[in-house]
Amino acid sequence: MAEKKMRQIAIYGKGGIGKSTTTQNTVAGLASLGKKVMIIGCDPKADSTRLILHAKAQETVMDKVRELGTVEDLELEDVLKWGYGDVKCVESGGPEPGVGCAGRGVITAINFLEEEGAYTDDLDFVFYDVLGDVVCGGFAMPIRENKAQEIYIVVSGEMMAMYAANNICKGIVKYAASGSVRLAGLICNSRNTDCEAELIEALAAKLGTQMIHFVPRDNQVQRAELRRMTVIEYSPDHKQANEYRQLAQKINDNTMFVVPTPLEMEELEGLLMEFGIMEVDDEENIGKAEGA
Amino acid sequence: MAERKPIEGVTIEKTEKLIEETLACMPEKAAKKRRPHVGANEPSASPCAVKSNRKIVPGVMSQRGCAYAGAKGVVWGPIRDMVHVSHGPIGCGVYSWGTRRNLMQGIPGVTSFPLDFTSDFQERDIVYGGDIKLEKLLREADELFPLNKGLSVLSECPVGLIGDDINAVTKKMEKELGKLVVPCNCEGFRGVSQSLGHHISNDSIRDFVIGKREFEEEVGPYDIALIGDYNIGGDVWAAKPILEEMGLNVKSIWTGDCEIEKIAATYQVKLNVIHCYRSMNYMCKVMEEKWGIPWIEYNFFGPTKIAESIRAIAERFDDTIKEKAEQVIAKYTPMAEEVIAQYKPRLDGKTAMLFVGGLRPRHTVGAYEDLGIQVTGTGYEFAHQDDYDRTAPEMAKGTIIYDDVSEFELERYVEEMKPDLVGSGIKEKYVFQKAGIPFRQMHSWDYSGPYHGYEGFKIFARDIDMAINSPTWKLVKSPF
Repeated sequence: MAEKKMRQIAIYGKGGIGKSTTTQNTVAGLASLGKKVMIIGCDPKADSTRLILHAKAQETVMDKVRELGTVEDLELEDVLKWGYGDVKCVESGGPEPGVGCAGRGVITAINFLEEEGAYTDDLDFVFYDVLGDVVCGGFAMPIRENKAQEIYIVVSGEMMAMYAANNICKGIVKYAASGSVRLAGLICNSRNTDCEAELIEALAAKLGTQMIHFVPRDNQVQRAELRRMTVIEYSPDHKQANEYRQLAQKINDNTMFVVPTPLEMEELEGLLMEFGIMEVDDEENIGKAEGA
Repeated sequence: MAERKPIEGVTIEKTEKLIEETLACMPEKAAKKRRPHVGANEPSASPCAVKSNRKIVPGVMSQRGCAYAGAKGVVWGPIRDMVHVSHGPIGCGVYSWGTRRNLMQGIPGVTSFPLDFTSDFQERDIVYGGDIKLEKLLREADELFPLNKGLSVLSECPVGLIGDDINAVTKKMEKELGKLVVPCNCEGFRGVSQSLGHHISNDSIRDFVIGKREFEEEVGPYDIALIGDYNIGGDVWAAKPILEEMGLNVKSIWTGDCEIEKIAATYQVKLNVIHCYRSMNYMCKVMEEKWGIPWIEYNFFGPTKIAESIRAIAERFDDTIKEKAEQVIAKYTPMAEEVIAQYKPRLDGKTAMLFVGGLRPRHTVGAYEDLGIQVTGTGYEFAHQDDYDRTAPEMAKGTIIYDDVSEFELERYVEEMKPDLVGSGIKEKYVFQKAGIPFRQMHSWDYSGPYHGYEGFKIFARDIDMAINSPTWKLVKSPF
């Protein structure tokens, strides 16, 4: 039997950029292409699988650990669910903001999944949907040695989203040096800002990567979400479903894996000026109120 | 104080040469870091040139502990009517459970030993935080042992890492249980040694204990507190009677064989007498500033230092006490002389090297000298500059002073200086005994004690004689 290689992919990006929505729609796209996929939600909010499972919130690994007392008492079937297109779904879970250590929750959950054999040979893809800010080592767990080798960053034409993408690239450089993790591309989740596609293309070029797909803004995504569904399942013939299928196909075919070249702050601001997001004379106006 | 008489064969030049040769065996960077921590003693030097209280040099074998060890093992552990909660994973709590020989007496099963609990952290406690578990634990521990007088919460490392707020929990539970519930943020990674654990514990006493209780009896003019005696091998029981025979009322002891509510009431005493300066000076200074209570350091090792200390303490009181002090000295001196007459002929001219903790590297020197033994080298695991400043005058010129010494260095120094006795910890014991060198484990008196006071001196002299003059050593043949 020809060995099938499981590809592990981590999705990062600024908080609120649409990582979970994009991930689930893309995964649904891959499933519709006949791929076997598992999603591991690495965010205490645990909203990485709801569109696949049509659930409010999946019971998480850490919820169950808390209930049973120790992680050793936990069984895989307690926390592994199947959803649309036979997608396997797991949520790491974790505490509410302000207590405990959410990062450790991610580590505990992934260790558990490995030990219990959740990474079965029939899988084509494992997707890690990670909390927006890599605040500590726990949230970098998915890109450690022998885990995700490919990272996609969800970004938009907004300045802060681009800052975040650049910062994530700095983290990737660190882990790339000690392991095999590589940047595989930027996914532009459009916010309808000016020259958005061009700007992200330019940013991708500077980072040494590609904008793998430009996902236009479409309210069909929200309509599907209200039914707790992906667009692909809710309205497979809608043009937005087609966008996600295209993205899925591109990811499936992608071979461009690079160690990114993050930008210095000046360089990034220069890029923004070039596209007219920041004005050249901004420096003089820093700290000045609108009417001043 | 008169300078120590020189020790034959010990000179500044020889010692400095030994240090240079020893450090030359280390990598350059390590040797450079170690150099300021070792020196030949210059008794008149002030400050002492030996540097201290720095992080361990990476790669050496160290004898140090952590902040949690200083808090649990030293300060809180001996308090016998409390529940002590080691908050975190189980190991810290279990391996610090009754391992320091701070003896206790009290109502059996109630106040005869401290009640040690641990919250036994699991992954879920790290991820979700341990505050709720702690609250439950405190409530259950109090239900199980309702006669306890207070509960201490000693943070282990993860508690600090995940940012649990144990102070909020103890505050709430103190109100609910109506007992002293004391937080101590002594996470092991804080500071360079156990020393910071002592300091943090002192701060916990300052912020959450002292002033919250009063003594039952009327306050008297001769009320004192005995600070920094942890009753190792019964030291307190040998020291306290001397102070009482002097006419003083020992109202509380910090913290050997002691009770928490008496610690809380200590602000009412007239004088604090402090034995282990390193671990308790902080609270002496606080009590001085806040309540105007003076404090005095003393030394109850060996008759010479005991008599000096009795007189110095008596100086702080009226003639009644001074007279009684002289009576105490007169009463016990013949006993001490008898001990010296018995053992000094067998020990005179011998030498010893020490490496221990808080006060012993300097405080015990006088006791050895009473027996005719000279101390040729000494050092501390976790001392600060003020400890070394107090040490220099107690040691002869040219003797070797080593701070946070590594096992490698200590072996080298002993090998070259050839003492007749080494006094250090359990890790060192068998190394030196196998080398044919008599050894006493001087952290917990090698399963013996007490060594404090006149009673203790008798035992000390016997033990030292037993170690040095054991016929065993004549049977050891070196294969080299």
